Amino acid sequence: MILELLFSGLVNGAIYALVALGFMIIYSATGVINFAQGEFVMLGAMLTAWLSGRGWPLAAVLPLALTGATLVGVLTERLTIRPAREASPLTLIIITIGVSILLKGVSMFLWGKEPLPVSPFLSGPPFTFFKAALPRQGLLVLSSSTLAFAAVAVFFRYTLWGKAMRACAYNRFGARILGINLSGLTCLSFALSAALSGLAGIVIAPLTFATYDMGTMLGLKGFSAAVFGGLGSAGGALLGGFTLGVLEALAAGYISSAYKDALAFVLLLAVLFVRPEGLFSPERVEKL
Amino acid sequence: MRNCLAVFLGSLLFLWSSLSLAKEPYRIGALFSVTGPTSFIGDPEKKTLEMLVEEINRAGGINGHPVEAIIYDTQGEETLAVQKFMRLVTQDRVLAVIGPSRTGTSLAVAPLAERFRVPLISCAAGIKIVEPVRPYVFKVAQSDRLAVKKIYAYLKTQGLTRVGILTVSNGFGQSGRQELKRLAPQYGITLVADELYGPKDTDMKPQLIRIRKAGAQAVICWGTNPGPAIVARNMRELGMTQKLIMSHGVASRRFIELAGKAAEGIILPAGKLIVAHELPDSDPQKPLLLSYIKRYKARYGVEPSSFGGHAYDAFLLLKEALAKAGADRKALRDALESLKGIKGIHGIFNLSPQDHNGLSEREAFVLVEIRGGDFHLLKE
Repeated sequence: MILELLFSGLVNGAIYALVALGFMIIYSATGVINFAQGEFVMLGAMLTAWLSGRGWPLAAVLPLALTGATLVGVLTERLTIRPAREASPLTLIIITIGVSILLKGVSMFLWGKEPLPVSPFLSGPPFTFFKAALPRQGLLVLSSSTLAFAAVAVFFRYTLWGKAMRACAYNRFGARILGINLSGLTCLSFALSAALSGLAGIVIAPLTFATYDMGTMLGLKGFSAAVFGGLGSAGGALLGGFTLGVLEALAAGYISSAYKDALAFVLLLAVLFVRPEGLFSPERVEKL
Repeated sequence: MRNCLAVFLGSLLFLWSSLSLAKEPYRIGALFSVTGPTSFIGDPEKKTLEMLVEEINRAGGINGHPVEAIIYDTQGEETLAVQKFMRLVTQDRVLAVIGPSRTGTSLAVAPLAERFRVPLISCAAGIKIVEPVRPYVFKVAQSDRLAVKKIYAYLKTQGLTRVGILTVSNGFGQSGRQELKRLAPQYGITLVADELYGPKDTDMKPQLIRIRKAGAQAVICWGTNPGPAIVARNMRELGMTQKLIMSHGVASRRFIELAGKAAEGIILPAGKLIVAHELPDSDPQKPLLLSYIKRYKARYGVEPSSFGGHAYDAFLLLKEALAKAGADRKALRDALESLKGIKGIHGIFNLSPQDHNGLSEREAFVLVEIRGGDFHLLKE
C-alpha cells in the first residue's frame, strides 16, 4: 500500500515541482511572483486536448502545445510586465493575477466549460513493482519532469544565459552594471517557466483531462511547493514539490481523504512558522 | 379617397374583432440557469420549454387560451433567482413558475412561492425542496434517494454487500453520501470505506487504495464530470477489478468520452431517456420518449439531455393543471396536487398532498451498463 501511495504522490509531486520551478525562475529573475503560472499548465493541457482531438498525431501535438504555452508566456511578459517594469513588485503581482483571469476567460470562450478528454500517450497495462501498480502515463510524467530538471540544471550551470540569470538573481543592479541585458533576461525567464508549466500540463492531460479552470488549484499547489522549498533555489522547488505530493498522498491514504488538502497546507504553514525562508532554502549566495 | 379610408377602417375593425376572439393568454414564468457554470442544465431546459410552448400554441393552446412563457436566466445564482422570481410575480404577473434548475436556487425561491402563493415546479433534484411538503412547491426531477435505492437493490441481487463509497465534497456529492449512508442498513449493505474527493482534485488513487484495502466488493462514486472519469481511469491504473458504480450525475455521453476504455462495465442509474430505443415496447413511457427525442433533434440538431426532460415534465404537469383549473393560482395548486398517472419523460407522476414529487424508483430510474462505448439497458 505504501509503495502505491508513494508512486501516486511522486507523480503529483513531479507536477507541483515543475510548476514550483516556474515560480522560482521568474521570481529569481524579476522579483515577481507570477500568479498566472497555473494558467500555463492549463494552456499546455488544453492545447494538447484540442489538437489531439482534431486527430493530429502526438509527434505534432506535443511540440505545438509546448510552443503555444511558451509563446503565451513571452507575450505575457512583453505585453503586460514590460510596459509596467518601473512599477513596484506588488503592482506586477496584481498584473499577473489579471493575466490569470484573462487567460482563464479566453480559454473558456475558445474551448468551452466542459472538460476535454485526452487519450494516454502510452497505452497498455500498468507496470508492477513489488505488487504495486505504476501506470505508464505516471512513469512518463516522472521521466519527462526528470529530464526537464536536468535540462534546466545544465542551462544554469553551463550556458552564458544561465550564468547571467544566476548573476541577476544574486544582484540585479550589479548584473546590469556588468552589461547583462535585463530585458532579454526577463523575457527568457517567462519563456522558460511557461515552457516548464506547459510541459506539466501536457503530461498530466491524459490523467486529469483539460478544463479551463484547472490551473488555479495546480498553481496554488505549485506556489506552496515553491515557498515550502524556499523560493530562491531550484533544488528547493524540486524537493518542495515532491514533499507536498507525497504528503498529500500519505495523508489521504492513512488519515482521511476529507482533510487531504487542508493537511498539506497546514504542514506548509507549520514549516513556514519554524523556517520562514523555506525548508530547503540555501544561503542567499547560492541562489539558483 | 373616401373608399380608401373605408377599406382601411374596415380592415382595422376586422383585425380588432379577430384579436378579441382569441382568449387571453395563460402567462407562465420560468427560471433556468441558461448561462454560468450550470448552463449545461439550464440551456436544454430553456430550449425544451420554448419548443413545447410553440407546439401547444400551434395546436390551439390550452382550452383555447394560448400560452405565453416568460423565461429568465438565473446564471445558477441564488440572488438572481430571487430577483427574477420577484419580477415574474410582481411585474409579469405569471400564473405559475417552472424551475429553477439547481437545488440551491430552488430552495432560495421556495419560501417566496409560499408567501406570494404562486405554484412553483422546480426542475432540481434535491429532496429538501419538497420535504417537508410546502403547499405551493412541487418538483419533477428524480431525487437522489431513488437512485440510491436502485443501486442498493441491484447490489443485493448480485450478493455484493461490502461497499466502499467515494463522494465529491460539494452539494450534489454530500446529499448522495447522506442517502447512501442512511439507506445502507435497510438493504443489508455494509459501507467499509467512506472517502471524499474535492471537485477539482486530479488524482483519487490514495482514496481508491484505501477502499481496496478495506476489502470492498464494489465501489460507488458520486459526482459529476470530470471527477468520476478520473476515478474510473485511476481504478484501471491501479489494476482494481471491483465493480464500479456511478451516480446519475454522469449519465451523458460526455462521461464515456472522458473515461474512454475505463468506462467499460460501469453501471449507473439513469433516466430512461438515454436508453429509450432499448426499452421494451410494453413500456408506457416509450412512445413519449421517442417522440421527444425526435422533435428536439429536428428542432435543435442535437439529442436532448435528461435535464431538458425535467422541463418537459414540469410543463406537462402545468398543462394538465391549467386545463383543469384555468387562470387561478389557488385552483391551479389544488389541481397540481391531485394529478395522477401522468406519463412524463422521467417517470409516471402520482402527486398527492403528502408527495409533491410523485415519482417511484420503478420508473424514475433504470440501471444502465456502459458497453462498447455506449449506454445499454441492464436487464433486471
